[in-house]
Amino acid sequence: MIEASPSTVAGIISHCLGGFPDEACGLIAGDARTGRVARWYPTRNVAASAKLYEVDPGDHLRADRDAQAAGFEIIGVFHSHTHTPAYPSPTDVAQAPDPSWHYVLVSLRDVGPTLRSYRIVSGKILEEPVVVTVG
Amino acid sequence: MSVEVRLPTVLRPHAAGQTVVEAEGATIGEVLESLVRSYPGMSGQVLTDDGSLHRFVNVYVNDDDVRYLDQLQTKVQPGDTVSILPAVAGG
Repeated sequence: MIEASPSTVAGIISHCLGGFPDEACGLIAGDARTGRVARWYPTRNVAASAKLYEVDPGDHLRADRDAQAAGFEIIGVFHSHTHTPAYPSPTDVAQAPDPSWHYVLVSLRDVGPTLRSYRIVSGKILEEPVVVTVG
Repeated sequence: MSVEVRLPTVLRPHAAGQTVVEAEGATIGEVLESLVRSYPGMSGQVLTDDGSLHRFVNVYVNDDDVRYLDQLQTKVQPGDTVSILPAVAGG
């Protein structure tokens, strides 16, 4: 499960819309035990592609340091799919670096964006709830 | 010479859960070889079988990605912090 504020969810979707027609990406930080997202980081997509993303390594380092300094961890990544559903692609599964991470997908295929979250463990995709909480 | 190496969550189980460990070396290549000697579970996750940097990790000396420096030949100084992060990508 991930738990996020409305402003976090809106910010992630807004960043994804801003990256269109390319895929957009970023990182989420929070408490690894609870899945509560405390902050999110937009990152550049160095692949600059409508079909691929690659988190800018410098942006990743800065996000990691900021999260650590605030007492959090990077607990996952989000990225957009511009023409396909909010479901991990075979490339996403093959390159998923960390079984403890949350993989958040935002689909921009339809008029209304959709956001879903998954764990990817040993090549298996497991959807998890996204709980939006206030306060 | 000893430097501090910050580990990503995915490698910490191989180092008894530690976030930061010490490793020896004058270059990034030596530091990573020393790390894998100390924590053999990381073998194949940081360096490939032929000794090059694994494409699924990014390694930094302080603020700089070693791929834009001298890669594994990048020199490290006492007090430098080496960070390892996963290369995050997909489709």
